[in-house]
Amino acid sequence: MTRSRTERTLRGRVAVIGIGETDYYRHGASPDAEFKLALKAILAACADAGIDPRGIDGFASYSDDRSEASRLAAALGIHRLRSATMQWGGGGGGCCAAVANGAAAIVAGLADCVVVFRALAQGQYGRFGQTTGLDTVSGERAYLMPYGVLAPPQRFAMRVQRYMHEHGVRRAALRAIALASYHHAQSNPRAVMYGKPLDEAKYEASRWIVEPFHLYDCCMENDGAAALVLVSEERAKDFRQKPVYVLGAAVGSGHRTAATAHNSPRYASASFETVAPDLYRMAGLAPSDVGVVQAYENFTGGVVMALAEHGFFKPEETNDFLKLENLIAPSGRLPLNTSGGNLAECYMHGFELVLEAVRQIRGTSTNQVVRNDVAMVIGGPMVTPVSNLLLGSEAVQ
Amino acid sequence: MSSGTYPSYLPRGLPIPVAEPDDLSAPYWLALRQNKLLVQRCAHCQTWQFGPEWLCHHCHAFDPAWVEVQPRGRVFSWERAWHPSHKSLEGHGPYVAVLVELPQAGFVRMVGNLLGDPMQAVTIGAEVEGVFEHHPDSEPPYSLLQWRLR
Repeated sequence: MTRSRTERTLRGRVAVIGIGETDYYRHGASPDAEFKLALKAILAACADAGIDPRGIDGFASYSDDRSEASRLAAALGIHRLRSATMQWGGGGGGCCAAVANGAAAIVAGLADCVVVFRALAQGQYGRFGQTTGLDTVSGERAYLMPYGVLAPPQRFAMRVQRYMHEHGVRRAALRAIALASYHHAQSNPRAVMYGKPLDEAKYEASRWIVEPFHLYDCCMENDGAAALVLVSEERAKDFRQKPVYVLGAAVGSGHRTAATAHNSPRYASASFETVAPDLYRMAGLAPSDVGVVQAYENFTGGVVMALAEHGFFKPEETNDFLKLENLIAPSGRLPLNTSGGNLAECYMHGFELVLEAVRQIRGTSTNQVVRNDVAMVIGGPMVTPVSNLLLGSEAVQ
Repeated sequence: MSSGTYPSYLPRGLPIPVAEPDDLSAPYWLALRQNKLLVQRCAHCQTWQFGPEWLCHHCHAFDPAWVEVQPRGRVFSWERAWHPSHKSLEGHGPYVAVLVELPQAGFVRMVGNLLGDPMQAVTIGAEVEGVFEHHPDSEPPYSLLQWRLR
C-alpha cells in the first residue's frame, strides 16, 4: 500500500527485529530477581536481533513496570537514553500500547532503537489474585472490596455474566478458548502448562473461582520477562531476523468506560468498541485479512467479547464460532493464542502474546499457522485503556 | 426497606471503606451510617452520577449535589464467588455479589451482596431493596449497603 510520507500513521514505519524471553515460572519459582529477569529478556532480544545492547536508546513498558528505564540504561551501559515511556493503566491493557509508544518514538525521531518489555515476578512482589494486607480502601475499591469483589476474577465476572445474558452466550464458548490455549501449549516447550493437557471433562470438573469462571477460565500467575527490539523500517533488513512490521496500533476506550463502581455506560463490553475500528483504519485492513490472533486472556469471557468487538463474528454468532476446531493451528478458521497465552504458556502480562505474533509472521511458532502474513494482538480486555496491534510481513508492509 | 443493624454478610477482616484524602466520597459513607443512600445529582443539569466526581460529566458544573434516593433497584448482573481472594474469606464458602441499577436515580449502578442463601438462583432483572449493614465496632466504623429480593 502506498501512502503519503506525511500521513500520521505507524503503518510500515517500524519493525520488530528481535524478541527474547526468560524461562517462564510459576509464581514464586523464579530463581532470579525481577530486575534480573528484565535484563535477561532484553539481552536475549538483542542477541536474537544480532545487535549490541549498548545501541538501545529507548525503553517502553506498561502497568507501572518496576524495572525502571534509567536503571536499565545504567545497568546495560547504553550510550545514551532518548525515550522512556510508560503506558498508564493497569492490567495487560498496555501490552500493545507499549509497542505503539515505542514505535511512535521512533517515527517521531525521538529514538532509533527502542526495547519494549514487561518483567513480572508475582512471587516477589505480591500476587494479583490475592488482596490480603489492606486495612482500609478508598476510591473505586471502596465500593467493591468490602463486598468481596476483591481481585480481578470477582471484578470481571459480572461484566461477562451480563454479556452472556445480553447475547445468549453459553459457557461452552468460554471453555473452547481455554481448550485452545492448552492445546497449543502442549507443543510449546516454553509453556508452563507444557505436558499438562486439558480436556472438556477436566475443565468441567475444575472448581469454580467465581461463576461463570471455572479455574481454567482464569489466567495463571507467573514470574518471568519478555522483550522485543524496534527499529525504523529503513534499518529493518540490517539484522539477523526476518523483520516483522507494525501495520497498526490503537489505544484507549469509549465514553466514560472508567466510570467507577461498574458504571461504564457500555458495561457488557471489552472496551474495544472504539479502539478496534481505529486499528483497522490505520492498518488499512479488515477482520478477514487477519490470519492469526493472540487475544489476552485475563479470563476467557474477556476474549469472547474482544473477538466480537474486533469483528470476527457477531455476538449472536458466538456459540457457533467459538468451538475448539475453529481456534487451533495450523488452519482453523481463526487460530487463537497459539503459544498457549496467559492461560497456559505464561502470564507475562500479555507480552508473551506479542512475541508469539512476531513468531507467527516469521514462520517460527511451535504452532505455526498457514495464513501468517497478518497477525493481531489484543491487549487486556475489560480494562481501560486497552490496546491492540497488527503485525505483518514485508509482503503486506 | 429495613434499617438498623443487620448481621454482617461476609466475615470481618475485609478492607474497610474510607473516603479519599480529599473527602470526595465522604458524604456518601457518612450517610450510609445514618441509613441513607446519597447519590450525586447535578443541580445545574440534573444529571445523575455515581461513583462520585468533583465535576458533572455532562455540563461540567463543579461539585455535583448529593441527594437522597430510595435504595431500591433491580439486579443488572451478579456473580457467585467461591475462591477466597482474601485471608478472611478462607473456609467461608460461596457468596453472591450483585450489581444493582437504580432506575429512579438515572440508572446508576452499585455493587453489594445479595442477602440470603448463597446458593440461591439469581435472576437478572429481579427487584431488590437495600439493607444497611452497620459495623459500629470497627476501627474506623463504617456501613455498607446490601440488597435483598423484594
